[in-house]
Amino acid sequence: MTANGILQLVLYVVVLLALAKPLGAYMARVYEGRPFGLDRVLGPLERLIYRLSGVRPDQEMSWKTYAIAMLLFNFAGLLVVYGLQRLQHVLPLNPQGLGAVSPDSSFNTAASFATNTNWQGYGGETTMSYLTQMLALTVQNFVSAAAGMATLVAFIRGLARRSAQTIGNFWVDLTRTTLYILGPLALILAVVLVSQGVVQIFGAYAKVNVVQQTSYDEPVTTPDGKPVLDEKGRPQTKKSALTEQVLAVGPAASQIAIKQLGTNGGGFFNVNSAHPFENATPLSNFLELLAILVISAALCYTFGVMVKDTRQGWAVLAAMTIVFVALLGVAAVSEQAGNPILAKLGIDQQASGLHSGGNMEGKEVRFGIANSALWATATTSASNGSVNSMHDSFTPLGGLVPMWLMQLGEVIYGGVGSGLYGMLVFAIIAVFIAGLMVGRTPEYLGKKIEAYEMKMSALVILIPPAVVLIGTAIAVVAVGGKATIFNPGAHGFSEVLYAFSSAGNNNGSAFAGLGANTPFYNTALGFAMLFARYWLAIPTLAIAGSLAQKKIVPASAGTLPTHTPLFVVLLIGTVILVGALTFFPALALGPIVEHLQMLAMK
Amino acid sequence: MLKVLRPAIVSLILLSVLTGLIYPAVVTGIVQVLFPRQANGSLILKDGRPVGSALIGQPFDDPKYFWGRPSATSPFPNNAGASTGSNLGPTNPDLQKAVQGRIDALRAADPGNTAPIPVDLVTASGSGLDPDISPAAALYQVRRVAKARGLAEEAVRRLVERHVEGRQFGILGEPRVNVLKLNLALDALKG
Repeated sequence: MTANGILQLVLYVVVLLALAKPLGAYMARVYEGRPFGLDRVLGPLERLIYRLSGVRPDQEMSWKTYAIAMLLFNFAGLLVVYGLQRLQHVLPLNPQGLGAVSPDSSFNTAASFATNTNWQGYGGETTMSYLTQMLALTVQNFVSAAAGMATLVAFIRGLARRSAQTIGNFWVDLTRTTLYILGPLALILAVVLVSQGVVQIFGAYAKVNVVQQTSYDEPVTTPDGKPVLDEKGRPQTKKSALTEQVLAVGPAASQIAIKQLGTNGGGFFNVNSAHPFENATPLSNFLELLAILVISAALCYTFGVMVKDTRQGWAVLAAMTIVFVALLGVAAVSEQAGNPILAKLGIDQQASGLHSGGNMEGKEVRFGIANSALWATATTSASNGSVNSMHDSFTPLGGLVPMWLMQLGEVIYGGVGSGLYGMLVFAIIAVFIAGLMVGRTPEYLGKKIEAYEMKMSALVILIPPAVVLIGTAIAVVAVGGKATIFNPGAHGFSEVLYAFSSAGNNNGSAFAGLGANTPFYNTALGFAMLFARYWLAIPTLAIAGSLAQKKIVPASAGTLPTHTPLFVVLLIGTVILVGALTFFPALALGPIVEHLQMLAMK
Repeated sequence: MLKVLRPAIVSLILLSVLTGLIYPAVVTGIVQVLFPRQANGSLILKDGRPVGSALIGQPFDDPKYFWGRPSATSPFPNNAGASTGSNLGPTNPDLQKAVQGRIDALRAADPGNTAPIPVDLVTASGSGLDPDISPAAALYQVRRVAKARGLAEEAVRRLVERHVEGRQFGILGEPRVNVLKLNLALDALKG
């Protein structure tokens, strides 16, 4: 790594941690109903929403009602996203006249956005009308994130309350998250992004005459758009002059701001935040990167405030940050080392003051190695899934890092809300393991952890790996699964493993060479996303409901304190152990063997 | 269940209007006043007509122009209507073949230049639309461009150096040269 590269990474982590406390304190005020300024301005709007939708904000819910409300709301959202895509050709705000999206792709995208995964099976600018981008995708970016944060807040209430039957009101948590947290942050970020060159316009795609005319091989097609094949079965081409460039634009900034903040990640354009109109400058890149993790990191502080012991929040944040920094180092060093196979061809991959060197395939010059590795690590730590470089072209170990971060269960910061509730379930497992070692009933924050909580925690930990590994196994033997693998050899296996790791942990990034917009992958990954989101959220809420009913046991000499460095190490150990033991065999077949092959081809 | 159904549907409708229509419209309204040039795609005008966007790379293969990053878009490079990377894995033989082809093209256009080629000049960008190359990649091409235009190498080198954008605030990102702007300046240069 270059000195400047390290400086950029350090700057990022420092700014991220510095923002955790102020933003976290603000969010705690929003969720605890204490005054915070903005409620005076938007309060009437909030109350209007409750009145029209028949919600009594002071009426709290049991965990079951809370879960039903969340599921029903998500299901209604899923139907709307599906419908808008299928009907976009007859709806307004479609200046390019894009046709209806296919049924399987529409289902995949609907599942993807409702579950906060935002797997991008579609190619933004070539598929989605402006109306679909806004009314289907942007809306879900807000509300699926808000639903995740609501679930977390309900879970925290379960930990904080004693002898209580209720864990909050879903509609209130959802509305307040959207109005007071995500909305204002997205509005500010969107405007700043445009100042850097991110587009925000409702007009049709712009056309320009290029400076130098070039020629290219244009595929010959029949009048109905099918390719014409020559006698050897290859598509025929003819020489054509290239004089024009069509620039895809659209209302991008408003969607990009929330896709970053809400750990959604579904891009406006096909290449997501590698696209200059989606991520124009190093500053826009820094802000989009910050937006990926800032809410998830700050929620740790919110958690501390709400359980009336901020040290608990800092301990969890410390565990997350340590794992993040360690894996960031691996990714950055691997990418900077470059590709030994290309070194053989006499290319200069050595960093200097004049270029960043390293593995530049699939990366943008303005971001270079440090910012591409940082993004890949951040986007998979959080369940964001946006990209600013093509992960499929990363070096084997550089690609292993994002893959493994997803497989850890998206708990290193994680998705907004879902990351922290996942991590708190790991904390429950950690105190349970510690309790086994000393032969005491484990407790977390004064709540006894008993058989019911452990059963639910085990479900949360086990479902994603099951979805990932079984899904991958089916795909690599099924005809439909093998047909669209792009890269040969071990890397091809990595593509499939990455896809299911991404869908099965609600991330959404991809080794994008894999042709995933097929009926097989649209369906398989669509179901993987649905399982992974709701089969985790429901047991989590069940734990919340059970914990809320319990009394708080006063700490005694035998209580394991959960704010100490010892506990941070224990928590990290639990996360790593579960992730490593579950996925090592699969990783060995993909990135690890490819790394060895690459060294052998030197 | 029914008690939950009404809030589910009504609040979805209300939040959709708020975040899916009002929010994008408000953002558009603000930025069309504050930053209209950027919001509309940072177009570069020459004699009143747009010749490109400052943020989107264009294809160049004439020796008298600086060439940009290779692009994997189809059916032609730098297709700004369908962005994509190559997605070639590091051990894929097609990657090696593609890179070798680009090396050959660069060498053929500038025989006798034996300097090692900077990696960004022979690897496809992430978006297929990268507007920039590294300063090293621009300096590598100075000799060829000067020769093709009958200009002094020194004059072309100075032009490149004037077009190097440093890191933002001295820290963020990487130094870079915008190929389209450089080539437009080159065309405007009186030999």
